[in-house]
Amino acid sequence: MREINIHPILQFSHGKELKFTFDGTTVKAYKGETVAMALYRSGIDIFSKSPKQHRPRGMFCAIGKCSSCMMRVNGIPNIRTCILPIREGMIVEKQERFGKLPDYIEKFREPVEIDKEVTVIGSGPAGLSAANIFKEFGIKTIIIEENPQLGGQLIKQTHKFFGSEKEKAGTRGFEIAQDLIKNIENSTIKFITNSTAFSVDNNTIGVFKDNQYIKVHTKYLLIATGAAEKMIPFPGNDIPGVFGAGAAQTLMNVFGIKPGNSVLMVGAGNVGLIVSYQLLQAGVEVKAVVEAMPTIGGYFVHAAKLRRFGVPILTNTTIKEVNGNLRVEKAITISLNKRFEEIPGTEIVWDVDTVCLSTGLIPSVNLLAQAGSKLKYVPSLGGFVPLRNNDLETTRENIFVAGDVAGIEEASTAILEGHIAALAILERMGFETKKSKIESIKDLNNLRSSPFSKKIIEGLKEAECE
Amino acid sequence: MNNYLKYGYINAEDIISFPPLEIVENHPVAVSECIQEIPCNPCVTSCPVQAISMEGINGIPVVNFEKCTGCSMCVSVCPGLALFLVGIRNGKGLVTLPYEMLEVPSKGEKVILLDRKGQKVGTGTVEKVFYPDKNTKSALVTITFDNIELIKIVRNIKSIT
Repeated sequence: MREINIHPILQFSHGKELKFTFDGTTVKAYKGETVAMALYRSGIDIFSKSPKQHRPRGMFCAIGKCSSCMMRVNGIPNIRTCILPIREGMIVEKQERFGKLPDYIEKFREPVEIDKEVTVIGSGPAGLSAANIFKEFGIKTIIIEENPQLGGQLIKQTHKFFGSEKEKAGTRGFEIAQDLIKNIENSTIKFITNSTAFSVDNNTIGVFKDNQYIKVHTKYLLIATGAAEKMIPFPGNDIPGVFGAGAAQTLMNVFGIKPGNSVLMVGAGNVGLIVSYQLLQAGVEVKAVVEAMPTIGGYFVHAAKLRRFGVPILTNTTIKEVNGNLRVEKAITISLNKRFEEIPGTEIVWDVDTVCLSTGLIPSVNLLAQAGSKLKYVPSLGGFVPLRNNDLETTRENIFVAGDVAGIEEASTAILEGHIAALAILERMGFETKKSKIESIKDLNNLRSSPFSKKIIEGLKEAECE
Repeated sequence: MNNYLKYGYINAEDIISFPPLEIVENHPVAVSECIQEIPCNPCVTSCPVQAISMEGINGIPVVNFEKCTGCSMCVSVCPGLALFLVGIRNGKGLVTLPYEMLEVPSKGEKVILLDRKGQKVGTGTVEKVFYPDKNTKSALVTITFDNIELIKIVRNIKSIT
């Protein structure tokens, strides 16, 4: 029912069939997919009930950033099922309220200790591009990735990238990820997936993988943890079927699952426009894109691609409420005046089963906060971001940042930041990388010289440190 | 120019530069509808005859219609799907456009012609379907139609069925 069988850009292949139980019922899954994806594929929307009002809840971000998909798995509550790979015979239960505690607790095994020169947390465009540089220099590096696959959000980008030849412009995002991953195979770069880095203490990173505590001792740390999608407040924003736009992308472009049949997209930035187009490619109807601002925030060319297929983009319009019993059934939008006040009588009721929010991203700075790197609130960069110098080093010595965690931008800028941070770390190690680093900084400044980057440039100045 | 930032489309008369009739009657040439300063230049670097120029990576591409051979390289590489080929052949209008949706119409098929808002403006015939990308079903579709004025208007197609 929700399977995407044919797609203009992607080919989906499934792993071998597995079975697990959900609230006692047997559910079919494919090896390699996660619990939440398998459930959603088989038509299950509700994963938990809210603590106080017992409202049904489904998933929201689908990349392990929010807590919307938490369920009880093999007796353990609060498991982020969107990033937990399915295993044969798994027992999955809907989480009622706060979740029942385990019936018994398996004793923690002794921690495993790993020593590496460099640790990279996150394998998106920033982390992967940095790893590619470390590989060239034969540096013993470990990449820690929370999701089952490497590549971060690149793996779901089916559109061709902007930029110049150097940043692989004209190549589709997922193909860039494939190249970057292939290039570090059989090298000094090791990686562990399904692994959550949860602490940074001096030079030790605490990692949790498959019930195993791993201590990674490292000299240099590159934090490239990306960002999370923002939720905005409106009645019904927790009804299953309200997704982050990126979650819709994960469903359809990574796992070949239709997020819904008819969608209302909230937000006409690049993410909203691109994901709407990708929904059309997956055979999903997009009723409209609404945008609270008076103009479209994303690139005009992305808007034009959608308009050509007859999808309306309504500016000065916002989501008012979403209705539905167990799943989104209707969405109501309303026009806004110049002062962003609702204009009564301008409501439009949309018959949709899915609402996607593309209303901005927040840098995932949790580990940096814990590490003691100074943060600053810079709205144009998406919220709290680490202070950093030209080498992308934070106020904590030997802790570097790259990509969206340092401020919300594009994959192409993340790739260049990954280069710069890696080259700066290598320079610190005593390698002659200054020239390449300056070259990458120049390329990055070039990418940031469009009118679209004006506010980002101002924000970056605010986030500068010595 | 209409308020394209508000509505998401431009009108035919807003195209920054459109080739003169004597050129399009000779052979198809590229037309750019990339009107915003964004950091992107694969059209410039992919052009085998250097017919597209740009000031810096954020510049707006300008097609030299005298130089352009209509090879469609830029149409297939443009990440914004903002380049098209337009021409007039045997008295018929001709447009080549990138098509990334499922069910690409086949050669000889009659299709509905759509404008920049997705509205029907006529019907045409598929003259050629070309898959520049080895790994995907993303296509370049060339369509012909009787009303030559439509080369300024048609920017999408839809199956009749």
